[in-house]
Amino acid sequence: MAKITFLEAIQQAQAEELERDPRVFMMGEDIRCNVFGTTTGFVERFGEERIRDTPISENGFIGAAGGAAMVGMRPIVDATLSSFLYPAMDQICSIIAKSRYIYGGQAKLPLVLRSCMFYGNSNAAQHSDRPYPMFMNMPGLKIICPSDAADMKGLLKSAIRDDDPVMSFEDGTCWMNKAEVPDDPDFLIPIGKGDIKREGTDITVVAIAGGVNVALKAAKQLAGEGISLEVIDPRTLVPLDRDLILRSVRKTGRAICVDPANRTCSAASEIAATIVEEAFEALRAPVVRITTPDTHLPFSPLIEKPLYPSVERIVSAARRLVGAVEFQSA
Amino acid sequence: MTAIGDNDRRLEKYRRMQRIRQFETKAESIHAAGEIPGALHTYAGMEASGVGACMALRDDDYMVGTHRSHGHPIAKGSTLRPLMAELLGKATGVCKGKGGSMHLSDFAMGSLGETSIVGSGGPVAAGAALGAKLQGLDRVALCFFGDGASSEGAIHEGMNLAAVWKLPAIFVCENNRFGMSTPTSAAVAGVNVADRAHGYGIPGVIVDGQDVDAVEEAVREAVDRARAGKGPTLIETKTYRYRDHAVNMGRDLTPRGPEHDDWVARDPITLYRARLLADGVAEGDLDAIDAAIAEEVTDSLNFARESAYPVFEEAFDHVFVDRLPIPDDVLAHA
Repeated sequence: MAKITFLEAIQQAQAEELERDPRVFMMGEDIRCNVFGTTTGFVERFGEERIRDTPISENGFIGAAGGAAMVGMRPIVDATLSSFLYPAMDQICSIIAKSRYIYGGQAKLPLVLRSCMFYGNSNAAQHSDRPYPMFMNMPGLKIICPSDAADMKGLLKSAIRDDDPVMSFEDGTCWMNKAEVPDDPDFLIPIGKGDIKREGTDITVVAIAGGVNVALKAAKQLAGEGISLEVIDPRTLVPLDRDLILRSVRKTGRAICVDPANRTCSAASEIAATIVEEAFEALRAPVVRITTPDTHLPFSPLIEKPLYPSVERIVSAARRLVGAVEFQSA
Repeated sequence: MTAIGDNDRRLEKYRRMQRIRQFETKAESIHAAGEIPGALHTYAGMEASGVGACMALRDDDYMVGTHRSHGHPIAKGSTLRPLMAELLGKATGVCKGKGGSMHLSDFAMGSLGETSIVGSGGPVAAGAALGAKLQGLDRVALCFFGDGASSEGAIHEGMNLAAVWKLPAIFVCENNRFGMSTPTSAAVAGVNVADRAHGYGIPGVIVDGQDVDAVEEAVREAVDRARAGKGPTLIETKTYRYRDHAVNMGRDLTPRGPEHDDWVARDPITLYRARLLADGVAEGDLDAIDAAIAEEVTDSLNFARESAYPVFEEAFDHVFVDRLPIPDDVLAHA
């Protein structure tokens, strides 16, 4: 066990898997110069053949990862920022997500497509996206979206060992958060299993990525008021651990979905719909989504910050939900 | 040119071209009768391009093709039964009935997809070539694409990546003069697609796409160069599509001019047959090939017709390695 940051967890997961399996290699723009600190020492350790700087050609090298995977390699692509995935939608959706299916199982595409969600830092609309929901709507792509260093390391290692394509959405607001992370080279978090980050009894809060840390702060504050939040981190969005979420809602009878993505068709929307369809009988109040509204993200910090899910918005929603029940039962 | 005396090889080229032509002739007629669902894009007129290119490859070399997908697997050596069964949407199809006419991809023959999003095979071929290189294999990856696809960014990105990393890839642009209804002259800037090779610092070769020997020779040179670690080549086969973009659509959308008759007069199979006869191959030997292929096609159709359709559960298989659960309400009404 050692206390390391989220970014160091990414670095460790990649290093261990590059060490373990010669089929693993990395591609991305400017990864050799270690822009964010996730490839520290890699060129020296693994060589330039396996640590490849690419042209600025996302559709080209992301599709090439698909081709390399089909012939037996296990590429890790660092797409840098999540909005850089858009030029590669062609290869992600038509080749990577569909080749196994359309060719009747003849193709196998074990690859990891990493990208950072770099929001909240005055980078304006084109550099601040949280686009995992649009990929949740495309079958054939597994999606991990962890919120702490231990989960990041364990899930990324599982992703690299997985035989399906996995997209890893890494929340920039979590980068510097530290956690105790096992040193065991076979430390794995299974894809598709969520985690209860804080147990509680009054309201289930299902939070995504950086939203988890916001929810945990809100839970701490509300505990002082006698409102007990259970904070669940699905960690994986595809496949989604519906059982864990539903079990919790059946216990608490109330649910808030916290999601830094834009509201319409967000992960929160899918989770809320699932709760309403599957656990309606347990609900004592409406399911609430706390998301980023359906606007773009402005450059100027004072108008950017209030758009994201915040402790204040969660606290206020929680008070309303608990109060609503008291009103109804009165 | 193929070495004189290499008769088996020459007969094999004839056989594969004839196999494509007869397979598609049959497919077109049963499609017209409603036996094949969906759209059918035929390769008729372009057989020398695919066969010449694939005859320059080894069985373990990789190939990525297009929505006009019937010719490439046959050119690479696939047998007909799984291909015909796929056209009919049967469980014994090469893609288990999930790909159909536009995706006849036989991975056992080194195919990595016949992809129906125009141009999308470019990056895949570059990646397969990279994979071969990283594994120390001396395999090459060949990407077929059309004149229409030459306008796609994916083709540019695949070629640039392959060139900058000196990957063992060959890009074969099958210029059949039309992208659906749009003439190449209205869609492709510059005179030749192959001229773009200059921009990548790689060889650009133009070849008569109706001459199977010429195509094979050009591709063989590119394959040798790729295997030697010297990087990719862009080859443009000048060819012609006889039938409409997709057949049996009611009207031909392709704006054909008087040159249509000139192209048909240079039919690749007729030309090659004449060359073989002039070189002393017995007519009876070629007739025997034609007859044997007619039997293969009939056999493949019988096989396809007798095969079962996929079970409904199959719709949930191969999204991931593990089969997806089937929603109860869907299953109840399937």
